[in-house]
Amino acid sequence: MYTFSNKLKTFSFALMILGLLGVGYGFMTSHKSFEDVEAILAEEAHHGGGHGEEAAHAAVTENAHDTHATENAHAEDSHGTEAGAHVDEHKKHVEHVQHQIANRPWAALYVAAFFFMMIALGVLAFYAVQWASQSGWSPVLFRVMEGITAYLLPGALIVIGVAAASHFIGHNNIFVWMDPEVVAHDKLIQGKSSWLNIGWFIVRGLVFTGGWVLYRQFSRKFSIAQDNATDDKNFKKTFRISAAFLVFFLYTESMMSWDWIMSVDPHWFSTLFGWYVLAGMMVCGITVIAFISLYLKSRGYLELVNDSHLHDLAKYMFGFSIFWAYLWFSQFMLIWYANIPEEVTYFVTRIEDYRLPFFGMLVLNLVFPFLVLMNSDYKRIPWFVVMAGIVILIGHYVDVFNMIMPATVGDRWFIGIPEISAVFLFAGLFIYVVFNALTKAPLLAKRNPFVKESEHFHY
Amino acid sequence: MEASKVIHAIYTDDDVLMNAVKAVKAEKYHIEEIYTPFPVHGLDKAMGLAPTRIAIASFMYGCVGLAVATLMMNFIMIEDWPQNIGGKPSFSYIENMPAFVPIMFELTVFFAAHLMVITFYLRSRMWPFKKAENPDPRTTDDHFLMEIAVHGNENELTTLLNKTGAVEVNIIDKEDEH
Repeated sequence: MYTFSNKLKTFSFALMILGLLGVGYGFMTSHKSFEDVEAILAEEAHHGGGHGEEAAHAAVTENAHDTHATENAHAEDSHGTEAGAHVDEHKKHVEHVQHQIANRPWAALYVAAFFFMMIALGVLAFYAVQWASQSGWSPVLFRVMEGITAYLLPGALIVIGVAAASHFIGHNNIFVWMDPEVVAHDKLIQGKSSWLNIGWFIVRGLVFTGGWVLYRQFSRKFSIAQDNATDDKNFKKTFRISAAFLVFFLYTESMMSWDWIMSVDPHWFSTLFGWYVLAGMMVCGITVIAFISLYLKSRGYLELVNDSHLHDLAKYMFGFSIFWAYLWFSQFMLIWYANIPEEVTYFVTRIEDYRLPFFGMLVLNLVFPFLVLMNSDYKRIPWFVVMAGIVILIGHYVDVFNMIMPATVGDRWFIGIPEISAVFLFAGLFIYVVFNALTKAPLLAKRNPFVKESEHFHY
Repeated sequence: MEASKVIHAIYTDDDVLMNAVKAVKAEKYHIEEIYTPFPVHGLDKAMGLAPTRIAIASFMYGCVGLAVATLMMNFIMIEDWPQNIGGKPSFSYIENMPAFVPIMFELTVFFAAHLMVITFYLRSRMWPFKKAENPDPRTTDDHFLMEIAVHGNENELTTLLNKTGAVEVNIIDKEDEH
């Protein structure tokens, strides 16, 4: 049995408190008045070399990626229309920026909440695959995976909760389609409103979460029951529900990615988006399995996990990193090549406003793991895998960041206190929930028909 | 032509063979060669063979393939005749790179795979019309053969090999090919 060390418990609480304070700070500083935002914009224009209000306004408008604003600004510049329209334009622009600034703590919270939920979900899918494929190497890691998936229930509820709260408490700071004011003037969203409406969104989210958690609860229950059973009935049951879950999961994961991520840009759509999100969550999940296994092993709790298990996990990290990049590139290249305006805006805003995170994550998520995890010998060295894993996790956080932020805060992004605090908050919660779950059952799945093979697994 | 003597020990089971290899290594005899009908897991480790470096070679061939693809398309599409084809930006390589990635990928794989296979053939001396070097045809079916050079210690070797479970131990005069 594993006992939750007090040090780690304190560490997780410290992370949560620190995160909570930072998140609170983020919310307190994000409500700027109209005049404040005006002052900020004027300040920025001065730094950019503008002269006075007129130039400041033009320069800022130019910078904004809001196409309407830019077009109108051009029109004004060339024709020199009356001051009335100009003031109106200015007001609209300031309000736009004001809204973006207000979105930032919400989006930061949402990105981090989704990131940790996606780790638990990725592990659950990986776990189900291990059962369905009757793999012989992984049973010694089953309890670690079950521990990680304990975060799925709170994690998914938090994601739905933050999304709903942004509607009911905030001012629709994450999903623009939740704002009836916007929908009233938007034909495209109106056409999608039978799918994208807040009630149906929450119900769908709860159905997805319910299905996943149901599988998690039962597979865990049978897995523990198998420890003291006299036959393999529980094993067979888990095998069956794992196969069924995988079917359910592939459908719901895809829909989840449309709901929870793609719908932040309700004018944009991509067909392989679900698989793309799936690839990212698998990489993160496997990396975290490797991390927690290595941690427990270093504390002497997983003596049966050897460097061949680590080697296998690292191979999966390597393989799924490349799979992720393949899907990323397939999505990007198809849209770039065809260059259809309604699709390509998605990447235009990202390349213009998010150049460093957008291309930087390719280095973190593809180039680095590709070169570092290629060598077979390095995949057996714990510190090497941990180092590569940290880079992969940072890279996939940036990936989620790139998916959410451009739609919510636009060019007002920064990785500062709200973002880092939100990561701290959920990292602390994740560590607490996962390690708490690990204390609830022995770390070796006894009497699993494949556990002997797994104990002697050697590559 | 100098004739040298070798001893051929024949086994019928790969487990017995593995134990025999360990026994022979423990006695510090040098195993010239082992012929098996199929790959025996761990045989190379037991014999103490150096690990293969073919993966490293393959990685380098892949780099060559990537370089060939990049240089080729940079010359053709950007430098030599930068036409406007369907509005694709041909001003610099990086601007039009997504369109080249499929070719860069395929040529990397092509070079890595084919050159590695050719390297394998060269290093293991395999080609069409090559004379088979098989001391006993049964080793391609169900027998395992261990070949050890004899340097005046025939009796010791024979007793050792008989003890390890060899079904046949033959001493053979080998015509030196060189």
